[in-house]
Amino acid sequence: MPADVQGDRLSSSIATELNTRGWDWYVDRVVSIGVFAGGVSAIIFIIGIFVFVTREGLDFALGSLDLKEFFTSINWRPTSERNPTYGILALMTGTASVTGLAMLVSVPFSLGAAIYIAEFASGRTRESLKVLVELLAAIPSVVWGFIGMSIMNPLIIEMFDVPVGLSVLNAGVILGLMAAPIMTTIAEDALKAVPDSYREAAEAMGATRWQVIFRVVLPAAKNGLMAAILLGVGRGFGETMAVLMASGHAINIPTSPFDSVRAITATIAAELGDTARGSDHYGVLFTLGIFLFVITFIINLIADVVVKGVGRQK
Amino acid sequence: MVDNAPKLSVRNLSVRYGDKQALNGISLDVFPNEIFGIIGPANSGKTSFLRALNRMEEFDPNMTVEGDILFEGQDITAIRNVYALRRKVGVVFPLPVGLPMSIYENVAFAPKLGGIKKKAELDEIVERCLIRAALWDEVKDRLNALGSLLSGGQQQRLTIARALSQNPELLLLDEFSIAVDPVTTMRIEDVLKELKEEITIVLVTNLVQQARRLADRTAFFLESELVETAETEELFSGVVKDQRTRDYVEGRFG
Repeated sequence: MPADVQGDRLSSSIATELNTRGWDWYVDRVVSIGVFAGGVSAIIFIIGIFVFVTREGLDFALGSLDLKEFFTSINWRPTSERNPTYGILALMTGTASVTGLAMLVSVPFSLGAAIYIAEFASGRTRESLKVLVELLAAIPSVVWGFIGMSIMNPLIIEMFDVPVGLSVLNAGVILGLMAAPIMTTIAEDALKAVPDSYREAAEAMGATRWQVIFRVVLPAAKNGLMAAILLGVGRGFGETMAVLMASGHAINIPTSPFDSVRAITATIAAELGDTARGSDHYGVLFTLGIFLFVITFIINLIADVVVKGVGRQK
Repeated sequence: MVDNAPKLSVRNLSVRYGDKQALNGISLDVFPNEIFGIIGPANSGKTSFLRALNRMEEFDPNMTVEGDILFEGQDITAIRNVYALRRKVGVVFPLPVGLPMSIYENVAFAPKLGGIKKKAELDEIVERCLIRAALWDEVKDRLNALGSLLSGGQQQRLTIARALSQNPELLLLDEFSIAVDPVTTMRIEDVLKELKEEITIVLVTNLVQQARRLADRTAFFLESELVETAETEELFSGVVKDQRTRDYVEGRFG
């Protein structure tokens, strides 16, 4: 057989191989379409929720609702027959005070726990602590609410000699303990992401453990720590059941931690079942929903800007 | 030139990581104001030797160190203030580690830990160390930029400046030229030759020729053992006690 004929046959078999799609190609296509569908569906769901909540609430919010009264009045009387008023100032301060106290409780606890797990604990201790923290994060919120009602309530009454134990203090502590595990997990991930070479370099220069953590590790992890804290804030704003059970659910602008308050989320949960679809009360509850949505969106936006702003320097 | 008491005296030093022996019964002396080279193939225990000198076993629960390490006559395994030791012993790692802070803060880090607070004093230290590390001219206009933005070679000189900022008695260099281009390597080598007037340097390198250019005396490590220590020129001119040393420096195995 002449050499050039052999060459032709060889190149034609390569050409066939180059132009035949194998099984892998089809699998690859199917997987990428599936992943694409999954990604898009998440966006569609979020837009869908937003559209639905807005549609139910926006007509009322832009139509018959007095926006000035909505934001500045403390009178929330949606069920009054003669003169219903829809002021959410007390609800806003309720949510803000509970969330604020919850942050005071959870930030030091979760950062402390994260620093201990990431920097000091080792081996068994570390692993069992991580499992335990994740277990804590999985406790349902109604259980936390129950703890607030049946354990914290009498405890607060006895300790501080106050008539009611369902208050900002109770809900704030419960919410703080509830948010701390997930904040710990995220903060710990952020600390673990700081390369060990930084720690070794700093320690090799004679820095103590404490100096290494404060001057090198925490600054290097600040993006992730910020994300953890904002996640906790978001959790505080959005939490419903535990706050409903522990806060006393009384419309009130708190002047001390022992005052009962009512949160925005708890109001929606408690009242939506009793409203007629399309009524003003129904509409105002959805307006509250839009309001929560906007707040969460702003928090996320701030988180994004903070993280990117810090990231840019790198 | 080696007529005074040794700066560093190591006797029967063994290092283990778990069950794995990394160094086995090393004894050697390093004298003041010399560059002491350590050569040897990968996994011969060179880096473990440096780690032991800075009490780095405390970072690694797996690492155990046995034997005596006398620094200025003090047994460092028995001293009370390990942080003070580390301030006297500067380390430069194989891959440059720019701490996530500005160039200025990188160099001012150790002096600040040491309690220096005055801005003027810190400014002076930062400038002096950056000049000695041959980096000042390139960074003097952007001292507030992040250290990690510098190129690999610049970062390595930054870590040298940082190691100098604590006025070390002893400078340990671990394969500093791995991530550095040849021109920068030459510049750093010039810096080291000047530095040895003031301090003592232990240079671990896997570039045999680098040891030849810089070191006054050189030790050859092989498979966790010290094969021999000799005047560098003797080692390279073939006056060696051990055939393995000759083979290694002439590039016949490794």
